[in-house]
Amino acid sequence: MLTSDMLKLDNVTKTYRVGALGGKAVTAVDRVSFDVRAGEVVSLIGESGSGKSTIGRMILGLTPVTGGSITVAGAPVRPGRDYYRSVQGVFQDPFSCYNPVFKADRVFRLIKETYHPGVPEDEWAARVRAAVRDVRLNPGEVLGKYPHQLSGGQLQRMLIARALLLDLKLLVADEITSMLDASTRVDVLNLLADLKARGLAVLYVTHDLALGTYLAERTVVLWRGTVVERGPTEQVFGDPLHPYTRRLLAAVPRLHAPWEDAPEVRSCLYHDTGAVGGLAEATPGHFVACARLSDCQGDVS
Amino acid sequence: MSLTVTDLRVSYQTLRGEVRALDGVSFTVADGEILGLAGESGCGKTTLGKSLIRLDGRMRHAGGTVELDGRELPIADDRAMNAFRFREVSLVPQYSMSALNPTRKIGRMVAELLRSRGETPDRAKLESRLAQVGLPREVLDRYPIELSGGMRQRVVMVISTLLDPSLLIADEITSALDVSTQQAVARALLGFRDAGHVTSMVFITHDLALTARIADTIMVMYAGRLAEKAPAEVLVEQPRHPYTRLLVNALPEVGARHAGRRLTGIAGSPPSLLDPPPGCRFRERCPLADDGCAEQPPVTEVAPGHHVACWKV
Ligand SMILES: Nc1ncnc2c1ncn2[C@@H]1O[C@H](COP(=O)(O)OP(=O)(O)OP(=O)(O)O)[C@@H](O)[C@H]1O
Ligand SMILES: Nc1ncnc2c1ncn2[C@@H]1O[C@H](COP(=O)(O)OP(=O)(O)O)[C@@H](O)[C@H]1O
Ligand code: SF4
Ligand SMILES: [Mg+2]
Ligand SMILES: [Mg+2]
Repeated sequence: MLTSDMLKLDNVTKTYRVGALGGKAVTAVDRVSFDVRAGEVVSLIGESGSGKSTIGRMILGLTPVTGGSITVAGAPVRPGRDYYRSVQGVFQDPFSCYNPVFKADRVFRLIKETYHPGVPEDEWAARVRAAVRDVRLNPGEVLGKYPHQLSGGQLQRMLIARALLLDLKLLVADEITSMLDASTRVDVLNLLADLKARGLAVLYVTHDLALGTYLAERTVVLWRGTVVERGPTEQVFGDPLHPYTRRLLAAVPRLHAPWEDAPEVRSCLYHDTGAVGGLAEATPGHFVACARLSDCQGDVS
Repeated sequence: MSLTVTDLRVSYQTLRGEVRALDGVSFTVADGEILGLAGESGCGKTTLGKSLIRLDGRMRHAGGTVELDGRELPIADDRAMNAFRFREVSLVPQYSMSALNPTRKIGRMVAELLRSRGETPDRAKLESRLAQVGLPREVLDRYPIELSGGMRQRVVMVISTLLDPSLLIADEITSALDVSTQQAVARALLGFRDAGHVTSMVFITHDLALTARIADTIMVMYAGRLAEKAPAEVLVEQPRHPYTRLLVNALPEVGARHAGRRLTGIAGSPPSLLDPPPGCRFRERCPLADDGCAEQPPVTEVAPGHHVACWKV
């Protein structure tokens, strides 16, 4: 089977100018590289402020990169109608995507006007109903209602349905489940799993590690803008190598077991193996950054 | 016995009629106990929390009583409740992180709040409480926007418990936080209980795993009623109510993979509370439902401290 990179980030950096007259620079994303293949879910995890949303926004062309490059299906990010036909984002707060004075299903109407003006009305209505059913909503229950009459979970799933009406190849899902309760969350996750099976590439941004592992083939752990560990999900979670990954995992509340302290990292794989360029390859495909142990003498920049 | 709620009924007045958000809920919380309150969105968690503090304009106390440390709370009487708020019962509301006044430095805000309650600000006590939740005293000189979500959440927690209330209600205070911050806040809550800054607590969340880590007892609500209440471990390991069982199964554990076992959500959605159907409210979605469930199941104590509202247990 041919698996090609749908999304590729190569040494991507983003600095924001902040303060009066943009006098100070904040590096939100620092030389980040990873890729997502067609039919694959990659989860991007890290605490708040680690740069996850900034990466998502750069992929969607909502903010430019400061350095490095992002390509989608081999071509650079080019915001515009054709780009958004195949690349879409769904964000944490579904309410912000709807205009409260219009009915919620106007989001579908806008898609038709922009991308499918030639499709006859009745055929379009049938497509909308099918997409709404695909996200496990009852069309009769959600269509024709105003945003405030729908729950966060319903609005969130309608945004996914909207994305389904396009010829989508890459979906950036940024914390889309944090507003949902457990049962609805599972529905949304299973839906993403089905889309993945149909060949969609998904970048799943989350701070909920359990949800991340459930779906993703591969996981990227972000810490203060840099990748500290990435690799196959089983390895990153089953055999976490970086102290930060271990701390994150230890903090996850478990239903059937108490919190435990993170196991200590005693030696720095990065410096032990003498790797260069940010990450050491511990096992094939499993990369880890310098552990930043207290006695670290090496160059960690 | 710290808190005793008996057959509490609270509804919202809307143009289309009365939304019966709490429809006969009874439970107790003992001294020193942390009660975790869980359930799907819309099941009445926030309504229950608000009922113990302040009914907003459209809420109506339709029946039942609330007793705190042997005294009945005048929940329908907004002014009479003033004597209890903050001192006896305190609430950290859902979305409180964004509710801090953005134009006031934290320190000044706390001082104003205390004075409005006729109390003198005690700087030393405030700083020691902040230290207990891992915040430097410098936060008092900062504006809310200068703090991260987790810091703000802890500030609100400290403020709400300054007068050592008997009962603290924490509504979804950790849901927007990342796991490390969530753990820190949860541990701070436990610390406050252990130090006696609050006697008991109602911890509202839809994250069952987190509740299981900090609550002594968990109560699961469904569509305005109690479904099951049991010691935390019993509820998680041996749930008896069909709804609780599905809820527990809907949770992925870290390391669980979709490829290994597809988790199942709970098909369907809760009934409308405008004109809820008679009988068991879970009937439409319950895999065990039969004709008998057309009648409302009573809450029965199936083992000491384990209450279930279902005909099939
Ligand atoms: N101001 C209001 N007017 C009318 N109905 C309301 C109002 N506030 C809440 N309700 C209804 O009361 C019921 C309980 O709502 P409540 O906010 O207590 O739920 P919750 O369990 O806290 O949910 P969540 O998990 O989403 O916070 C729901 O059916 C809701 O739609
Ligand atoms: N528009 C912006 N202007 C200035 N700084 C920003 C902006 N957006 C994000 N940042 C900063 O960049 C960093 C990463 O933020 P973000 O990408 O939102 O993280 P995450 O999604 O992981 O929580 C943070 O330090 C944040 O304060
Ligand atoms: S009473 Fe009947 S419908 Fe309700 S939970 Fe029990 S079995 Fe299901
Ligand atoms: Mg974000
Ligand atoms: Mg609520």
